[in-house]
Amino acid sequence: MHDKSVAQLGEGLRDKQFSSLELSHCFLDRIARLDGAYNSFISVDEDAVLAAARAADERLAAGTATALTGIPIAHKDIFCTNGMRTSCGSRMLDNFVPPYDATLITKFNRDGAVILGKTNMDEFAMGSSNESSYYGPVRNPWDTTLVPGGSSGGSAAAVAAMLAPAATGTDTGGSIRQPAAFCGITGIKPTYGRVSRLGMIAFASSLDQAGPMARSAEDCALLLNSMAGHDPLDSTSSELATQDYCSQLGDSLQGLRIGLPREYFGEGLAAGTASCIEAALKELEALGATLVDVSLPHSHLSIPTYYVLAPAEASTNLSRFDGVRYGHRCDNPVDLHDLYTRTREEGFGAEVKRRILVGTYALSAGYYDAYYKKAQQVRRLIKQDFTSCFEQVDVIAGPTTPGPAFALGAKSDDPLAMYLEDVYTLAVNLAGLPGMSVPAGFVADKPVGLQLIGPHFAEARLLNVGHRFQQATDWHTRRPASATGEAV
Amino acid sequence: MQWETVIGLEVHLQLATRSKIFSGSATTFGAEPNTQASAVDLAMPGMLPVLNAEAVRYAVMFGLGIGAQIGRRSVFDRKNYFYPDLPKGYQISQFESPIVGRGSFEIQLEDGSTRSIGITRAHLEEDAGKSLHEDFHGQTGIDLNRAGTPLLEIVSEPDLRNAAEAVAYLKAMHSLVTYLGISDGNMAEGSMRCDINISLRPMGSDTLGTRTEIKNVNSFRFVEKAIRHEFERQADILEDGGRIIQETRLYDADLDETRPMRSKEVANDYRYFPEPDLLPVVIDEDYIESIRAGLPELPTGKRHRFVEQYDLSRYDANVLADSRTLADYFEAVVASCGDAKIAANWVQVELLGQLNKAALDIADSPVSAPALGGLIQRILDNSISGKIAKQVFEAMWQGEGSADEIIEARGLKQLSDSGELETMVDKVIAANAGQVEQYLAADGDRRKKLVGFFVGQVMKLSKGQANPQMVNELLAKKLV
Amino acid sequence: MAIEQNEIEKIAELARIRIAPDQIGQVTGRITEILGMVDQLQAVDTRDIEPLANPLDAVQRLRPDEVTEENHREAFQAIAPAVENGLYLVPRVVE
Repeated sequence: MHDKSVAQLGEGLRDKQFSSLELSHCFLDRIARLDGAYNSFISVDEDAVLAAARAADERLAAGTATALTGIPIAHKDIFCTNGMRTSCGSRMLDNFVPPYDATLITKFNRDGAVILGKTNMDEFAMGSSNESSYYGPVRNPWDTTLVPGGSSGGSAAAVAAMLAPAATGTDTGGSIRQPAAFCGITGIKPTYGRVSRLGMIAFASSLDQAGPMARSAEDCALLLNSMAGHDPLDSTSSELATQDYCSQLGDSLQGLRIGLPREYFGEGLAAGTASCIEAALKELEALGATLVDVSLPHSHLSIPTYYVLAPAEASTNLSRFDGVRYGHRCDNPVDLHDLYTRTREEGFGAEVKRRILVGTYALSAGYYDAYYKKAQQVRRLIKQDFTSCFEQVDVIAGPTTPGPAFALGAKSDDPLAMYLEDVYTLAVNLAGLPGMSVPAGFVADKPVGLQLIGPHFAEARLLNVGHRFQQATDWHTRRPASATGEAV
Repeated sequence: MQWETVIGLEVHLQLATRSKIFSGSATTFGAEPNTQASAVDLAMPGMLPVLNAEAVRYAVMFGLGIGAQIGRRSVFDRKNYFYPDLPKGYQISQFESPIVGRGSFEIQLEDGSTRSIGITRAHLEEDAGKSLHEDFHGQTGIDLNRAGTPLLEIVSEPDLRNAAEAVAYLKAMHSLVTYLGISDGNMAEGSMRCDINISLRPMGSDTLGTRTEIKNVNSFRFVEKAIRHEFERQADILEDGGRIIQETRLYDADLDETRPMRSKEVANDYRYFPEPDLLPVVIDEDYIESIRAGLPELPTGKRHRFVEQYDLSRYDANVLADSRTLADYFEAVVASCGDAKIAANWVQVELLGQLNKAALDIADSPVSAPALGGLIQRILDNSISGKIAKQVFEAMWQGEGSADEIIEARGLKQLSDSGELETMVDKVIAANAGQVEQYLAADGDRRKKLVGFFVGQVMKLSKGQANPQMVNELLAKKLV
Repeated sequence: MAIEQNEIEKIAELARIRIAPDQIGQVTGRITEILGMVDQLQAVDTRDIEPLANPLDAVQRLRPDEVTEENHREAFQAIAPAVENGLYLVPRVVE
C-alpha cells in the first residue's frame, strides 16, 4: 500500500479494497519502524490520525468522498493545526499548540484527508539542509549521511521514504523544490498568492508560498486541487479562479517552447547534474517540445536581493515571538527588557538570529535606501527578465540545484556556501512565479531535479510537462534502498 | 523677553467602525479584558491583516471634509518597536504615502474671529492595547481589546500660537468629525487623544525653537493646562539661558505638570518599510465622488448658511451649528414654527438652559423639536404670551404633554373674545372712577402710565389670560 | 562592507536579542560576510526603477465592516505563559 500513488490510493479507498484506517495504520507503522533513521517527523498524534481515518471511512461508506478522502498527508510543521503542536522547527514554539487551523489544513479537512503528522523543517523555514531544526537534522533516505535539503526536508524525506503518500511544504526561496530534488520526489511551488498563507507561520511575507510534495506530478495536481484558491483572510491571496489541475496532465507537448536560460547552465553547475538535465531536456524534445536559448541577465543578483528582502521581512515577522502571549518565555525575567532579550536569545537558533540581525540592519536608519529599497528595485529587474522570456517561451527549464545532496555538516558552518544552494530557485520566488522540481536522474546514486518554471498561474502547464515527462521516464518510480524491504 | 508659542497637534481619532481595522473583532468600549482580541489582534502565528472598507471610507470623508488631497495610492507600512501592548512588535501605520494629504480647516476664536489651520496629513493606523499597572504582584497586565481599533492620526501644521487656539482647534476638529459621523469623539473614552508639539521662540523670530512632545492628553481642559504649564517650563529654562531638550513628556493631570517619559528614552529606530501582508490601497475618482456626494453639510458651511438664510447673528449661528444634532434640532423647530429668530432664542435660552441644568445631551431632550415648534406657534398666533409660554415649556419638560394639551388642560389660552374682554374693561373702569378722572385730566406720558394700571387690572381679573393688545385697544376706545 | 562590533550590539538591541559576550565576535564576522555578499547590489543601476513590493503588483481588497470574531479568550490564554484576571502579565512597565 505504501508505494501506491495518491491517485491509486484514492481509487482503492473508494473501491473498498482497503479502508482509511488500514491505510493510516500502514503509514503509522512505517513511521514507527523507519523514521528513527530519518527524523522526518516532529509530531505524530496516533489517536488523532485514527479518529480522522474512521471519520473518512464513514464518508467513504456514505459515498460523499472526494479524491483525497481518507488519504494520510504529512504537513510541514509550519502550518497551524488546531490542538496539535506547531513548532516551526523552533524551540520558541516547542510548547505552542494553536487553537486554530491554517486555511490549507481546513481545506484538506474539508476534503476528508487525514493529517498524518507534522514534519521536520529548518527553524522558521530558514535553511537549505534541514540542519537548523531544534529537533535535529533530517537525513536523506537515499543516503542517511546526506542532507535531505531544506527547509521542507522532513516532508521530502517522508515522501521519498514512503512514510507518507504525499506532504505539504512551503517555499520562500526554494524550500519545496530543492529538497524535492535532493530526495528524488516531485514538488511544486505555486504562483505567489495561489495558496492561502493564513495560518502558515510567516518567514518572508512577500515570498512565502505553500505547495504539494509527492512522488508524481499527478499526485501534486490532486493535492493542489484541494489547496489552491482565494482566501478572504489573506490580502495577498489571488482572486483569480482556480482550475482543475488534473485536467491538462495528459495534453501533448507538441509545439511547447521550452526556454533554457544560459545563466543556469554555466559556472557552478556540477557536471553530473548538467548531464542529467541535458538528457531530460532531450526527452522533452522527443515529446515534441522545442528548446530555445534564453537569458535571465539579472539572475546573478537573486542571491543578494533575496538575502536583503527575506531577512528584512523575517526580522519583523518574528518580532511577535516575545514571550508574552504564547511560546517560549525565559525563566524569571528581571524586567521587560530581560524578558524580551533572553526569551529571544534562548528561543531562536543561530541561523534565525543571524537573519533577524541582517534584516534589522537592512531596515535601520541610514541603510534602508541602500539595502531594502535597492533590493526591491533589483527585484523588479529580475521579474522583468522573466516577463521578457515568457514572451518567447511557454516554460523555462533548468537544474533545480547546482549539485546533488551534500553531506550533513558540510556547509552548516558556512552560511554563504549554504545560500548558494538556492541560486537557481530564489529568482522564482522574487518574481512570484510557479516553479516545480521533477526527478531527472541520478549522480552517483543521488537524485537530480529538473526545474520547470512557468508564467504566473501556469501551474497546470508545469504539471502537464512534469506528468508527460514522468510517463516517458521512470526516475520518479525509483525508491531508496533504506526504505524498501524489511532489511533496512 | 516676549516669547511666542508654536504649537502643532497630532490628534489620534478612533474611527467609529463596528469591527477593527484589520480583523473582525468588535470595537465596543469597556468589554472584559481580552474578550475582543482575536487571533489577528493577538498576533498569533500565521495571522494576517485584511483592511476594513469602512475605515478607508471614513478617512476619505475626513480628507474631503478638510479639502485635502486624497492619496490615490496609499501604502501601509510597519513601524517596528517592542512594547507589550503592541502584539506584533510592529504597528501597521502609513509613512510615506498617507491616505489624506495636505488640507486645512477653519477654527473659531473666542472674539468671534476665525483662523485657517493647516493640516499636514492624516493617515490610517491601528491602535495599541492597554497596559494596566494595578497591583499584579509588581507586574503589568496587558489588555489587547483596543489593539487594532482603527485610528486616523491627524497632524496639524505648527500654526497654533496659544492654548486657547489649540483648544479651539480641537473643538472644531471634534465638531467636524462628529458632523461627519466618523468618530464618536468621546475624549473620556479615548476616542480622541492628542499629542502636543510645543516650542518657544522670541516674538518676531521666524525660526522654530527646539520642541517637546506631550503625549496622550485626553481632555480640552488638560490640553489647555498642559500647554500653559509647558510654556512656563520652557520659558523658565530659556530665560535662565538654558536649552530645551527634544523629548517626549507626559502630562500628569493629578500633579498638573509634565515630566519626561522614561520608557521612550532609548532612541527608537522604527525601521518603517511597506507592510508586505497588505497591498497598496488604490482609490479612484468614482469612489471619491460617491463619497463627496454623500457628505453632510459641515460646520463652517452651516454657520454661513444660518447667518444668510435665517438672518442670525454670527454668535447665534456658531452656537447652533456647533453640533450636528443641535443644528438639526434647531432647523426642525424652524420648519415647525416658521420663525427662525424666535426659534433660535428658544433653543439657545430655554432648551439649552434646561439641558445644561439636567446634564442632558440634545439627543436625549424630553422636548422634541416639533413639540417646541408647536409651542412657539402658540406664541406667534397670540394664543399665549411669552411669559405663559415659559410655564408651558416647564410642563412640557416634565412630560405633561404637548403645548396645546397643557394650554388646554391648564386653561392658559389667551382671552381674545372681544365681548368678554369688553365686559371686563367696563368692570375695571366702573370700579376705578378716581383713576379714570386722573387719566382724563392727564396728558402724554402720564396717560401711558395710567393705561398700564388699567391693563394690569384687566389682566388680574382675567388671571393673566387677556390678550394685552386687545385690552389696550378697548381701553383706548372706552377711556374718552 | 565591514561592520563594527558595536553596530551589531546596537542592531541586536533593536531586535531585542541578547548575544552572549563570547559569541559577539563570531556573529559580527558572519554578518560582515553576508553584508559583503549583499553589497553586489550597490553596483546595479536602478535609476527610475520602481521598487517591487508584491510580485503580482496587486492592489488591496477591502473587507466589509462586520464583526465576525467571537470571544476565544479562554482558548488563547490557555497557551499563554502568564495570565491573571484575563490579562497577560509582563514584568512591570515604567512609563
